[in-house]
This record gives sequence, C-alpha cells and structure tokens, in this order.
Amino acid sequence: MAQVTITVNGKKRTAEVEPRLLLVHFLREQLNLTGTHVGCDTSQCGACTVLVDGRSAKSCTLFAVQADGSEVMTIEGLADGDQLHPLQDGFWEEHGLQCGYCTPGMIMSAVNLLNDNPSPSEAEIRHGLDGNFCRCTGYQHIVNAVQHAAGTASKE
Amino acid sequence: MAASPVLPKLVGQRVKRREDPRLIQGLGTYVDDIKLVGLQHVAFKRSDLAHGRLLSVDTSAAEAMPGVEAVLTGAQIAEFVNPMPIGTPFPSPDHRVVAVDVVRYVGEPVAVVVASDRYLARDAADTIGVDYESLPAVVDPERAMTGQPTQIHDGFENNVAVGPVPSGTGVSADLQTVDDTAIEKAFADADVVVSQRMHNQRLAPTAMEPRGVVAHYEPGKDTMTIWSSTQNPHILRTFIAGMNGMGQDQVRAIAPEVGGGFGAKINIYGEEYVVAGLSKKLGIPLKWAEDRSEAFLATTHGRDIIGYIDLAATRDGTVVGMKLRLIADIGAYNMLLTAAIPTLTTLMANATYDIPAIRTTLHEVFTNKTPTDAYRGAGRPEATYFVERGMDMLARELGMDSGELRRKNFIQPDQFPYATQMGAVYDSGDYEKALDLCLKNAGWEELKQQRDAARAEGRLVGLGLAMYVEVCGLGPSSSLPTGGWEHSQVTIERDGRISATTGASPHGQGNETTFAQMLADQFGVPLEHVTIHHGDTGVVKQGIGTFGSRSQAVGGTALHLAGGKVKEKMAKFAAALIEAHEDDLVFENGRISVKGVPDSGKTFAEVAGYAYVPVPLPEGLTPGLSEEAFFEPANNTYPFGCHISLLEIDRDTGEPTLLRLVAVDDAGNLINPLIVEGQIHGGLAQGIGQAMIEEVRYGEDGQPLTASFMDYAIPRAADFPRFELDNTVTPTPVNPLGAKGVGEAGTLGSTPCIVSAAVDALSEFGVKHIDMMLRPEKLWHIIHGGQS
Repeated sequence: MAQVTITVNGKKRTAEVEPRLLLVHFLREQLNLTGTHVGCDTSQCGACTVLVDGRSAKSCTLFAVQADGSEVMTIEGLADGDQLHPLQDGFWEEHGLQCGYCTPGMIMSAVNLLNDNPSPSEAEIRHGLDGNFCRCTGYQHIVNAVQHAAGTASKE
Repeated sequence: MAASPVLPKLVGQRVKRREDPRLIQGLGTYVDDIKLVGLQHVAFKRSDLAHGRLLSVDTSAAEAMPGVEAVLTGAQIAEFVNPMPIGTPFPSPDHRVVAVDVVRYVGEPVAVVVASDRYLARDAADTIGVDYESLPAVVDPERAMTGQPTQIHDGFENNVAVGPVPSGTGVSADLQTVDDTAIEKAFADADVVVSQRMHNQRLAPTAMEPRGVVAHYEPGKDTMTIWSSTQNPHILRTFIAGMNGMGQDQVRAIAPEVGGGFGAKINIYGEEYVVAGLSKKLGIPLKWAEDRSEAFLATTHGRDIIGYIDLAATRDGTVVGMKLRLIADIGAYNMLLTAAIPTLTTLMANATYDIPAIRTTLHEVFTNKTPTDAYRGAGRPEATYFVERGMDMLARELGMDSGELRRKNFIQPDQFPYATQMGAVYDSGDYEKALDLCLKNAGWEELKQQRDAARAEGRLVGLGLAMYVEVCGLGPSSSLPTGGWEHSQVTIERDGRISATTGASPHGQGNETTFAQMLADQFGVPLEHVTIHHGDTGVVKQGIGTFGSRSQAVGGTALHLAGGKVKEKMAKFAAALIEAHEDDLVFENGRISVKGVPDSGKTFAEVAGYAYVPVPLPEGLTPGLSEEAFFEPANNTYPFGCHISLLEIDRDTGEPTLLRLVAVDDAGNLINPLIVEGQIHGGLAQGIGQAMIEEVRYGEDGQPLTASFMDYAIPRAADFPRFELDNTVTPTPVNPLGAKGVGEAGTLGSTPCIVSAAVDALSEFGVKHIDMMLRPEKLWHIIHGGQS
C-alpha cells in the first residue's frame, strides 16, 4: 500500500491505496465522486476525463499514486456553488447531452480546450474533442454547447 | 384585480431538458455508482476460443485467494440457473448462461467469481485454467449453411436457425401456400433487371455506458431488487422472477440512469440471471460491471445480413417486381429478440414504393460469433439499404435521375392506409413532399453542377439520395410477445403538483421533459410542477419499455389518456367547489375556472386539496385524483424521409470525406423539436458510422479482430459535417397525438445515400456497388486498379 495526498475539488485527501489503483477508481470508490465515468479500458473514450493540475487527463490511465501531490478537479467541482460553469450552462442550453454518460468527461475536456483557446473555430472544437466519444448526439449539439460557452465567456 | 401570469403552451416548443441539471454536474446515478452494505463483486472467466469442448475448468487457485467468496463453473451454475429463455416463438438451441460442455463464441462465459473487491474478482478469474478440445469454427454464414466445417448446435441442420421463410406476393399469411405466378410474370415482363449481392455488415452498438447489474436478494423478506442498465425494467422483472422461481410481486427491477442502449439493452443477458441467481443463493448483494473489451464480446451485435436483390423495371423506370433473398448471420445463439430482428427487414422490403410483386426469402444462420439482436433500426436499416441501393443501381442502369426514379414509384398520399405486399399497413405518408423538400434544401440541380465541375478538375465527388420508411411505435400486442401496449398513471398530488409514471423507461430520450410538457399543457400548470417517474417497477406499476421508437407514440399516448381521465374527475370536483357545470370549465394558468371568466374559479391546488378532503363529497365521486391508462395501439406508425449526401474521395489515398448530409424527416407531430433534432443527429451519426468506419470483424478462426476502441472505430466529432435538417409533418391517425416516433430514423436513410454517393464518385471506374464500410484501402483499389 502507498500513501497519497491529492487535493480533489479543493479538499486535501490523504489515503492508503494499492499502487495499481487507477485514479478513476480512487475518485469513484474511495471518494464517492461518481460523476467521473468509465467508458472503456484503452484510453480512447474520455468519459473519465478530469483536470489534473489544470490540464485534462484521462483518469483511467493514471494510477492514483501518479497523482500524489496534484490538484484534481472533477465534474462535481466545476460549478461555483449554485452557479453553473459556462460549459455546463452551454450543454444544458444547447441540448449537448442525451444519456449523459460521456458528458462529465466531455465537459472537462472542453474546459481544457477553452482554457487553451477561448475562441475556437468549429473545426478546432471538433478536433479538440477528438479524445472524447459520444454515441448519442452526433456531436453537433456538443459543438453548439462549446460555442455557447465560448460566447458566454467572451462576453464576460 | 391582479392579472394572472399566462403560461405558454409547451407542446411543440424547444424546451430545455429537465434531466440535464443532474447530468451536467455529475450527479446522475448509473448502475456502477450504486453501493450497498456488504456488496461483493462478480467477474466472469470467458472463452478465448470460438468453438471448443470444455475438458476441464480448474478453479482451485481462485478459490484459494483471500477475499474470494465463491467460484463456480458452468455446471455448478446450471444447478440453480435454468438455460436462457428467449422472447420469440422461434426454435432455439440449448443455451446455458455459463457454458457447461461446449463454447461457441469468443467471450462466452465459462466460470464465475465472487470476491470482496472488483480488482480481486478479476485477478481470481484470470487464475482459472480451462482446457479445451478445439473444434472447427465457422464465421461465414454462407459457408455455415453448407454444414461445413462444423455443426454448431444439435438439431439445427446446416446451422440454419430459421428458414427458408418466404414472404410477400403470393405467400399466404400462414406460409402454407406459395404462388410464384405474379413474381415470375413481373420479371418475365421487365425490360431491365438489376441484381446485386450486398452485405449490411456486423456492428457493435457501444452505448457509452457498458452494461452493469446489481442484485440484492433479501432472505428475510424473500424479495429481490435488481438494478440493471436496461431499456425495459418490467420485462427484466418478468424474466428475473421466472428464472428465480419468484413471483413478479417479489421482484423489483430498477433502471437507474442508463447511459445509452441503442437496442442492445433490450435483451436480458446471462450476466443478469447469474448475478441475480447468485445473490439469492449466497444471500448477499452482488455487482457486475462490464468493461469495454468485455462488451465487444458479450453484448449483442447488430445487423450482419447479406441481401441478394433483384429489381425488375420497365424502360420508363416503373418498378414491376423485386426479389430479396436474405441471409442473417445471427451468431452463436438466439437471444431475447434475435430471430425476430431480420423479419423486420422482410416486413419493410416494400420501402416507399408501390411495387406490384415482391418476394423475400429469409434464412437465419448460426456462426461462431457473438449473438446478434436489436441495434438502432433493427432490421429496417437493412431493408432500406438493400432496396435503396437497388434503386440507385436501377437509376444508373436506366440513366435516370435517382430522385425522379423514386418519384415515379412512390405510394401516393391518397393510397393510405396502404397495405404492402409484405403484410404491413402503412398509416400515412407523403413521400413526394419529403423528397421535394430535401431536393430543394440540398440544391440538387446546383449540386450536380458542382459535382460535375469538381470532376472536371479531376476530383472524385459523388451525390447520393435515399428515401426511407420505417416501422415505429411498436406494438401492437399481436406483434410483441411481451405485449405491445404501454402504461401510465397520472396523480394530482394534494398540493396540486403532478406526479406521473410511464412504463417507457428512457435512456437518453428525454421523456422527463417531453411528458412533462404534455401534462403541463393538459392541466394548464407550470412545467416545474410536474414530475415524471420511470425506470422502477416498484413505482411504475406496469410497463413494456423503450425500443422500436415507441416512447412517444405508445407511452406518450398512455400518459395523455391517463391525464384525460384524471382531468375529467378533477373537473367534477372543481364544478362542485365553484358551483359551475364541469363542461364550462377551463384549466389554464394554474386555475380551474369558468370559460371566459378567468377569476371565477379556484386555484389548481385548491381543487386538488378538496379532492383529498372532500367535505362534502360530491355525489358519485370517490376521493383522490389518480388514474391510470393502458394504451394498445391498433397499428404501428410509419415515419419516413429523404436523405441526400455529398461525398468526396481522395484520389491518392482513397479516403472518403462526407461534405454534406441533408435530411428531411417526417415523424408526424413533434412534442419537442429540440429533442427530435438530437435524436436524428444521433441516428445519422450511427448510420454514417456504419457507412464509413464501423465494422465488427472476425478472423477465419473466429477470433474477434475489433474487440476494443483501438480496433473498432466509432465516430468522433471531426468525422462529421454540420447536419442539415428539416422536416415535414404528416400526423398518424394511429394515436391521438399524431406522433410517429423518431429514435431510429437517422440510421435508415444515411447508409444507402452515402454508399450511393461513393459509387457516384467512383463511377468513372465502372464500379456498380461497394460494400460497407467505405475503407480507404477498398476505395483506393477501385481507383488504382483491381475491381471491387
């Protein structure tokens, strides 16, 4: 067992973990943060995407011990109290989700995308979400959602 | 006098979804999010051989691991779990939930582990040693039909599961008499016949949430609660109760948040029976969560039908006859609806055309692959693909515009209801209107000029067009062994809020929103005052489920009828309270009042409160406001549409790029156009995926070659252009809403219109047909020599 200290959504968490414990299972099983989902086992689908030290990362591809000392943000930490993040608002406004399973990872990837490029073109959005699969929406409303958020953000 | 706020009518509006706040904040609860005290984890050891006889299964190492609660072989499981039941009347071979003697596809379970931790359960399963006697495997259904090189099941000669089953012109409903006169005359009289073998390839449904199940048997109460990622909890309850020797009153099935289904979560799987049966046997709660690589093997696949089409026409483009011989590769076993799915291909072979003679012949064949079952469209995309590709080939043969050939053969609006050669009765349609709108939106004539201009520059650009009609709103009960009705209960609570249940259990369709829109309008109350309950047989008394694009047409109608019943009763209470005649009352803006006198009445909540403390009780009434309705549709609905695509193929690499996808869909009346758009987008994405990049493949030895997202390509955001949608509205007379259903439509028109565009783009090379998917290598070979 190894001891890790990870700051998750602003709270410092210390735990004893198996060295092989995936970060996503640390979040889901030990911290009960079940908003981060597992959609594959080969790092393709992106349902497990979280922010590690501000950058998007697939939490099924990191061991919890690799995140030791990091700051992790999950979907549960994105809203500011009752105030939804502009991307959450965008996904709601533009019908950017159906079953909702890919949505937390999709939103966290989009956070990273807009951090890097606050005014992306449609092609940049589509390529920027290359690591996140959605089987329900055909992506068009997801693109609209990111554009909505980018517009909201640029107005602020 | 203060003016009352006026509530807008919501049906037909683009209302934001009420499901979303929880889902965008990570607060939805899917099966794998559920934790129970004492929960243990299940893992399956699966066959890595496509066909083999089990010689020994050694579980000793697994049993010795600390934390392992139980390890069971197929033979041990068979002591308390019966063979798999199916949901169709077709003959079915013995199918054990965990293999006992023989494994017949890679991924078939051979042993089960229960352990305290999910990692440990996997570790233990990995230690199980299995010795097989290898048997020959067969993956090509046409080879399997020769009986070589192997016989997969006893009693199914030449591996034929079903057939040959003839349908269509000259075939009596009981299949007892077959008269070939009309079909043979049609072909004898024809000027032109086009013929082609086509393969509608095998696909993996791949809902983003893999399957999962939690079962909790409580010995003290002799009850079972089962949570499953399912499209139909009531059907699950029926089968789980039956398989465990329990009454349906003793089993509660819950579909919590379900992360997509696409047909593959209709089926009741062996894992569900094993987890439930083991929870009962061990008396502890158990969870199994499928991983993705497992899902590619263990969750049913879709499509995989070979079609031999012959289309006969006169020189002026009038189609006079069609023959369609179908060979469905159903994999190793019959699952819940497996055998019924290809019958939907024959049912819809008439397409949108007034064809005087059609003959289909269906074989369903066992192979050493994962079983097939429903996948979005389920049999109808296959029919559409074969017929529409055939029509495109005919247009080419005749030198006709592909739209004009369709127009010449359409069933006309005044022919509805239209009894097809295949036994369907199409409810309503105006196919020419959808065609014309799609041609207009695409700019068909200008597109042709652009295509020709591009070709003059040496580019490979093609145009494709396809019509579709599909069968939705399943039932009626005569066509579904589960029953084809739907159920709803609407309750006006004591405070005037509305609770409603629906048996149409959603998994992304947004019923919590659309159904609330309907009730808000029906009762003149704010949307926020309505809650739709679903997915829990402990709360929703009866139901069938969500599949076959039936939620709105069947479930929505049941809701509407239950709402109507309770409204009628509430009007009687209101009439007594405000001393007016119930026929003079209107429900609007949160009040029930006399028509034309908005302030005459009482608030909705006041009338509700009176109904629950009815002093005095009006004569002839009982207390309370809660009514239920079953709706049994008299017929299916038949939505339709037209899709047009523009595609370019890179001459040097063979890589195809979809430039435009223009769709006109007619789903009848729409409750929420925003949600309808989302459904069409999603269907298009899966249809385009099938046409261009998706295919489940096996090696000759039955080894899967596409068992992860590294090998099986599902579309990403950059694979698509912006879809161009529009719609026509032809209401159905089958239900009072006029709604037809839209969940599967997008998968129908997209595949043939894209393949036809690819054939058009490569027409200079003399190619007549290209099988899906449009792999660049395949296209490159057509361009650079060597025919398809």
